Amino acid sequence: MAVLRQAGKRLVQAVPVLFGVVAVNFLLMQAAPGDLADVLAGEQGAATPEMMAELRARFGLDQPVWVQFAHYLGNLLTGDFGYSHRLGLPVLTLILERLPATLLLMLPAVFLAAGSGMVLGGWAARRAGTWLDGLISVGVLIAYATPLFWAGLMAIVVFAVQLQWLPVGGMRDPSAAYTGLAMAGDVARHMVLPVCSLALFYAALYARLMRASMLSALQQDYIRTARAKGLSPFQVEAVHAGRNALLPVLTMVGLQAGSLIGGAVLVETVFSWPGLGRLAFDAILRRDLNLLLGIVLVSSMTVILVNFVVDLLYGLADPRVRAA
Amino acid sequence: MSHPILSRRLLLAGMGMAGMSVAPARAQSTPRRGGTLTAIVQPEPPTLVSALNAGAPTGVVSTNIFDGLFSYDWDMGLKPALATRWEVATDGLAITFHLRPNVRWHDGQAFTAEDVKFSLEEVWRKIHPRGRATFANVEAVETPDPLTVVLRLKQPSPVILGALNAYESQILPKHLYAGSDALANPLNLKPIGTGPFRFKEWVRGEHIILERNPDYWDEGKPYLDRIVFRVVPDATARAALLETGQAQYAPYSPVPLTDVARLRALPGIAIETRGYEWISPWLFLEFNLRKPELGDVRVRRAIAHAINRDVIAKTVWHGFGKAAVSTIPSTVTRFHNANVPQYPFDVRKAEALLDEAGHKRGADGMRFAISHDFLPYGDDYRRTGEYVRQALRRVGIDLTLRSQDTPSYLRRVFGEYEFDMSSSWASSFSDPQIGVQRFYWSKTINKGTPWTNASGYASPAMDQVIEAAQRSADPAERTRLFNEMQRLAAEDLPCLPLIELNFFTVHSKKLHDVAMGPDAVYASLKHAWLEG
Repeated sequence: MAVLRQAGKRLVQAVPVLFGVVAVNFLLMQAAPGDLADVLAGEQGAATPEMMAELRARFGLDQPVWVQFAHYLGNLLTGDFGYSHRLGLPVLTLILERLPATLLLMLPAVFLAAGSGMVLGGWAARRAGTWLDGLISVGVLIAYATPLFWAGLMAIVVFAVQLQWLPVGGMRDPSAAYTGLAMAGDVARHMVLPVCSLALFYAALYARLMRASMLSALQQDYIRTARAKGLSPFQVEAVHAGRNALLPVLTMVGLQAGSLIGGAVLVETVFSWPGLGRLAFDAILRRDLNLLLGIVLVSSMTVILVNFVVDLLYGLADPRVRAA
Repeated sequence: MSHPILSRRLLLAGMGMAGMSVAPARAQSTPRRGGTLTAIVQPEPPTLVSALNAGAPTGVVSTNIFDGLFSYDWDMGLKPALATRWEVATDGLAITFHLRPNVRWHDGQAFTAEDVKFSLEEVWRKIHPRGRATFANVEAVETPDPLTVVLRLKQPSPVILGALNAYESQILPKHLYAGSDALANPLNLKPIGTGPFRFKEWVRGEHIILERNPDYWDEGKPYLDRIVFRVVPDATARAALLETGQAQYAPYSPVPLTDVARLRALPGIAIETRGYEWISPWLFLEFNLRKPELGDVRVRRAIAHAINRDVIAKTVWHGFGKAAVSTIPSTVTRFHNANVPQYPFDVRKAEALLDEAGHKRGADGMRFAISHDFLPYGDDYRRTGEYVRQALRRVGIDLTLRSQDTPSYLRRVFGEYEFDMSSSWASSFSDPQIGVQRFYWSKTINKGTPWTNASGYASPAMDQVIEAAQRSADPAERTRLFNEMQRLAAEDLPCLPLIELNFFTVHSKKLHDVAMGPDAVYASLKHAWLEG
């Protein structure tokens, strides 16, 4: 019941946030020079004044900015995300088309990164100061400092071109019509490189965070008590210290999972992955205002939703948060 | 008489082999039926109908699904497609097309003269960015019988004969488009044409699949069973796909020029530069004549003398280009005029002209400062800009390069005229009236319209020549007029042609017969076949 009440409160709070997000992005796109009519004329390599006027009238770009904005908001209230005039499809259709690919890339990457980051960080903290800690820390530093696109390109060169173990890119092999298990296997093969490249960077971040927070947890009085009580080292370190050390990492995962929807442009581009990040990036370059606003709106909603879930997880990890 | 195709091919083969130790020429010359071709298209086309979006990626895919009335042979002559022959009235005021019988749309309906009439009246002339001008003088379209179309013209328009292939004037099915808002028709994303391949599926962001049309009018063709166009946004990934043989065909310069040498050295890969003659791309500088310094023709001529076009072709573009001698490229053989004023690379002459124009070097060694906006289509354009900056600094012109994204570039140059000098490429097409005149005619100074006369150049003499060529029905007279146009263009220099660009296609050596005409990049792959 309490959860529902909290959810209701969050929902009400979300309305002004979403409005702000839409308004700011709308205005930012107005500030960018050129509009969709320029883009269409540009990519066709020719235009006439009549064509420019017709296109602008068609897209509503001949109206004053505030009219365009009011029009957009009005549609939004009826659940209409608008239409991408360049791609000839409703914005919602375009977003939903890309959502599975995005989730297929981001969810495994986040779990892989959080899991391996916590294990590595926790391990390094337990052995703080030893050669193992040093090894993990240096590895983490290198992974953290490597540009994402470079790591991706190198992975392609090594695993797809030289060794030819894995495909260069894409989400499936379009020339083979797989079904069932064979299809799942094909998609999994295509997922390996992009998921690992993406996880590499985040894992490094989580490992550093986990190490620091684990170190401070291990200094606490209750750890000494637990040890004195005669609990096994695993119980003490993993359950007592680990659970408390988790909070900062969880916060970070929550923050970053928000960028889940549109945040993987580089990896999507390098690996030809058909996700929302590329769609958003193209929408900016092509001044496809409706499409961009739609994606921004969906990712804002994701941020709000994920933050809510993270708040609930806090309660599970630390009962004191629940009480407050 | 040497055969033009044969000699060109031999020449290319000779050039290719010169640097190689062994070039095993597999003599498999009879086409093989079957196979799936994996091709790369980049960027992803927004729609699949060229008649409604004349962009390059749409053209590459769409021309496999749709036909035009004709295609072009190596001499830019018409080759029958949906039309088998044509006649132009002696006064030039009527063009008659005789259509191919027994052609069916992919949905089984018969193709007739009504489809041609509809496409011309409702699509090419109302929506197509160039068709609007090309077909402007068509007064009426008559269809005396289902296989005959007669265009009645207000004035002779020979330009029409240069614009009749599947890309430039694509025939759409009247029964599926009539009465609808063509630009919003859902079929634009799953088109129905008469072409050699049928649309199968499009998974946005991933691939477009086309399948062989077994009822195609050109019997026995196409040879391929299937074409998969993959969308691959990253250039390194494109090169990797081609290198590993996971893709066998990629048109429109798909990899950076710096990667070409490496790919060319691989045994299974061919680099093809033919098939782009019908678009004949050229790279040029456009001067904003509204700016006081650049309004002076002596300054523009000085800039021309200061730039070594051979360096741009050989170094900046890695040999994928040829120094331009005139505004109509040499590949447009019918109209090209090499006999126009030239501005050979000559720093001293450039300096003398600048001195004469009253721009003395200041204390810092510079005469004046201008900016240069380059078309943001990749590194080659940026490096062209960097070379021009160096070349002009040498003669005392301080050049600032400005980079921006494409809509910003278009808005700045064509929308606001807030530029000094810009560089970009454009298609010349086989008729200068379609591709080149727009940069020189005073009636195309249309603020806010991309790819028009942004320099502000307006010359009564030039206008007279251009307009006379538009009206003339006599081919020889048109050639003479366009020769004169090129002479004026070189004299007044509102645009400085830099190089004739060689775009290229990368393909597997197992894929044969890809460049079968001057418009091959915008033609179907019906001749193409894969070795088994």
